[in-house]
Amino acid sequence: MSKDKILITISGLDKVGIVAGISHTLAQLGVNIEDIKQTIMQDHFIMMMLCDISCSKNSFKTIKEELVKSGENLGMEVWVQRKEIFDKMHTI
Amino acid sequence: MAGFNEKNIIETIQMIKVHHLDIRTTTLALSLRDCISEDIKATGDKIYNKIIKYAKNLKKYADDLENEFSIPIINKRIAVTPISLIGESAKNPDYVYLAQILDEAANEVGVDFIGGYSALVEKGCTKGDEIFLESIPEALCKTSKLCSSVNLATSKAGINMKGVLKVANIIKKAAELTKNDDGLGAAKFVCFCNSVSDNPFMAGAYCGINEPECALNIGVSGPGVVRWAIENMPKDAPLGDVANLIKKTAFKITTTGELIGRELAQRLDIPFGVIDLSLAPTPAKGDSVAGIFQAMGLEQAGAHGTTAALAMLNDAVKKGGIMASSYVGGLSGAFIPVSEDAGMIEAARQGVLTIDKLEAMTSVCSVGLDMIAIPGDTPATTIAGMIADEMAIGMINKKTTAVRVIPVPGKKEGDWVKFGGLLGEAPIMPVSKLDSSIFVNRGGKIPAPIHSLNN
Repeated sequence: MSKDKILITISGLDKVGIVAGISHTLAQLGVNIEDIKQTIMQDHFIMMMLCDISCSKNSFKTIKEELVKSGENLGMEVWVQRKEIFDKMHTI
Repeated sequence: MAGFNEKNIIETIQMIKVHHLDIRTTTLALSLRDCISEDIKATGDKIYNKIIKYAKNLKKYADDLENEFSIPIINKRIAVTPISLIGESAKNPDYVYLAQILDEAANEVGVDFIGGYSALVEKGCTKGDEIFLESIPEALCKTSKLCSSVNLATSKAGINMKGVLKVANIIKKAAELTKNDDGLGAAKFVCFCNSVSDNPFMAGAYCGINEPECALNIGVSGPGVVRWAIENMPKDAPLGDVANLIKKTAFKITTTGELIGRELAQRLDIPFGVIDLSLAPTPAKGDSVAGIFQAMGLEQAGAHGTTAALAMLNDAVKKGGIMASSYVGGLSGAFIPVSEDAGMIEAARQGVLTIDKLEAMTSVCSVGLDMIAIPGDTPATTIAGMIADEMAIGMINKKTTAVRVIPVPGKKEGDWVKFGGLLGEAPIMPVSKLDSSIFVNRGGKIPAPIHSLNN
């Protein structure tokens, strides 16, 4: 289901443990990672993760709250959005 | 495994986070035709119960979607059938009572505004309309979330000039009754030519009598995003290229709006209505239609060339939006509310943007003379003249035009007024000192124009 696809965007200063930290939270929440891309923009590390939450027992709200918390612990900004917004906006 | 394009992700987040892309309003349009009764109390009860029934989850579901898509939904609103029609059959048509019921219901469900305290009098008034119009200033004074509108003209019926003068007096009285809030009552009232029945934007939203039982209409925003896109172009890019970029940006804004609208409608278990393609500014820095003119290469809003820039912007937004959605409606045009647009406020403060220029601009965009603060001692007849001019532009050009001016009690040209929130702030703008009184006191109507020989 397209509803179950979420896009997590993590941004901030590059440091050790970002991928590990966020991945650990996702594993605990039962969220499956489908794709990861990373880039550097204006000295900022940006990582995007495409995930599927259909097998998770947690609600979108809980998953988002946990990820934002996890990001705060790492000193990173975390955006969690349903992927549909990107598909609609950028596809004719 | 579905993929994604990282440039698209970053662009979307920048549009939301830096350039103020948001859903301006999710407006639940609700018919109250089944609430009519001979007993005004019974009418009030039916109205209250119906609003609660349909709108009780509007705010919660909108908040949920805001969280899921990380896009702000600024306002949640309700638009109802023109109340002049709903109260008319009552033995004692106490419209102010109904206004208070609407306000109570709006507070109960937690929406930001409720519109539809309205009348459609372009050809004249019924007995009920007469009583209703008299009630508007008091209704606006005794409520906080209620918005009111009156349609005074159409391209097919002409302009009801008796109504124009009456409405000018309503504006004066609404401002005077709310003088402690700088005439805020008048900021929640608008008069129209060719009003539309599925408009989600306030103060003019109402649910037309030709509308279904209920529907969810969406208004998007995005002047900041359009400005950003244009600013990233070379300064010598031809205007055709600029128009093309605006179209592409409008497409992105519209698809996002429709996505949110359809999801919300589904959750509320009501039909999706329309998406309104208007570019609505906010007083926030950067979220300004005037800023788009500057990005296009005009020193400020008000410079010669502003009307041309606005015409191109308005048309390109529609073209991009139409490509994105088949459910387009409402007003669908760029808004130029002075007090709600940081760039317009600045231009007005410097005196480079005048009411005359704004009037010219309204001939190529929606909606009209909007959120303009004028001296408190402006005669009602002068306001009536302004309304008549604006109605004439709408009538002849077969488009919607409107007037929302605030004669701020006790303030004069150059003073400053703050309405707060989305309504913003503005300097008091000068109006013509010339007398229009004999013309507007003639009454009667300006006949509908000829619809052929279009030269």
